[in-house]
Amino acid sequence: MTEHPTSASRPGVPLWAQIMIWSGLLGLLIMIGIGLARAQQGTIQRGDRVPSNLTLNLYQGYEYNGQSQVRFDALRGKVVLVNFWASWCKPCEQEAAELQQAWESYQSSGQVVFLGVDYVDTEPEARIYLKKFNITFPNGPDLGTRLAQRFRIKGVPETYILDRNGVVQYVKVGPFQSAQEIQMIIDQVLLRP
Amino acid sequence: MTKCGFSIAVLLAILLLGVLAFFQPRQVTLAQGGMPTDDEVNRIARQLYCPVCENTPLDVCPTEACRQWRELIRQMLAEGKSEAEIKQYFVEYYGARVLSEPPRQGFNWIVYVLPPLMILAGVVLLFRTLRGWVKPAAVDEQEVEQLSADPLVRKLEEDLRRREK
Repeated sequence: MTEHPTSASRPGVPLWAQIMIWSGLLGLLIMIGIGLARAQQGTIQRGDRVPSNLTLNLYQGYEYNGQSQVRFDALRGKVVLVNFWASWCKPCEQEAAELQQAWESYQSSGQVVFLGVDYVDTEPEARIYLKKFNITFPNGPDLGTRLAQRFRIKGVPETYILDRNGVVQYVKVGPFQSAQEIQMIIDQVLLRP
Repeated sequence: MTKCGFSIAVLLAILLLGVLAFFQPRQVTLAQGGMPTDDEVNRIARQLYCPVCENTPLDVCPTEACRQWRELIRQMLAEGKSEAEIKQYFVEYYGARVLSEPPRQGFNWIVYVLPPLMILAGVVLLFRTLRGWVKPAAVDEQEVEQLSADPLVRKLEEDLRRREK
């Protein structure tokens, strides 16, 4: 009696191919998982430390102590307000004058630094915006959206207030309502060692 | 008005018209030759994506930010910048994610390598599966006769026939 070929004798997928396929699928799942976890992380929170190697290039005319670039670690010892904005952002206009007003009240003290981070904007439009609201504190473009990615911003305007150690003490999503609101928060942060 | 005054007025009017006629075509020429057309702008804009509103090409994006970027492209084209220079500027300012086609470097290679690999793996798998399929063997008459001669098989067949009755 002759034997008919059965499914067991059919050529199957070799082991090495199976391992590769399953490894690929696993890798893909891990990547998707990491991506989803990042997406759900939200902005950096109070208590998070801002990476010290962050730098912001500044627009000409909006330099910090005459320097066209500012490193965040060089600002240790000062309270830093980081404001993300854009000229195309209407809610940003609501707080622009308030931010400038608050900046003017701290400028002479030398204990507080305001940094405007212009998010995905064009320089000519950004300059018109800065001039329109008479903004004088250091401002610069977020080149390659590197800062926005490190702060994990969800939109503009968003403001982060860092204490003297570079630790986030306050996060504001959306515009400030008044200069007093900004000053009240900064005064609290200034009390911290 | 005297005859002389009228003549001067007519002369001035003709002169004014002449001046207007002289400048008018030049203005049009500047507008046409100096500034890039929407098509020229959109040719580059469609290769870029709005970084604010995801998955929207710049040429069809209706937001204020996109309008500003299209104007920036127009301005850069008018300055004589090449397509590559403009795209490079956008990458420097807004990151590589604005490009419709990710640059072939680093982690981006996955986008280019993985899909062809998956297709290739699928083709190999399909080929092996199809090759594994077996055509039913033809009935061998001689083998059937040999089996029928077997007493055990004959008894089995009789039993089956009896059961059917």
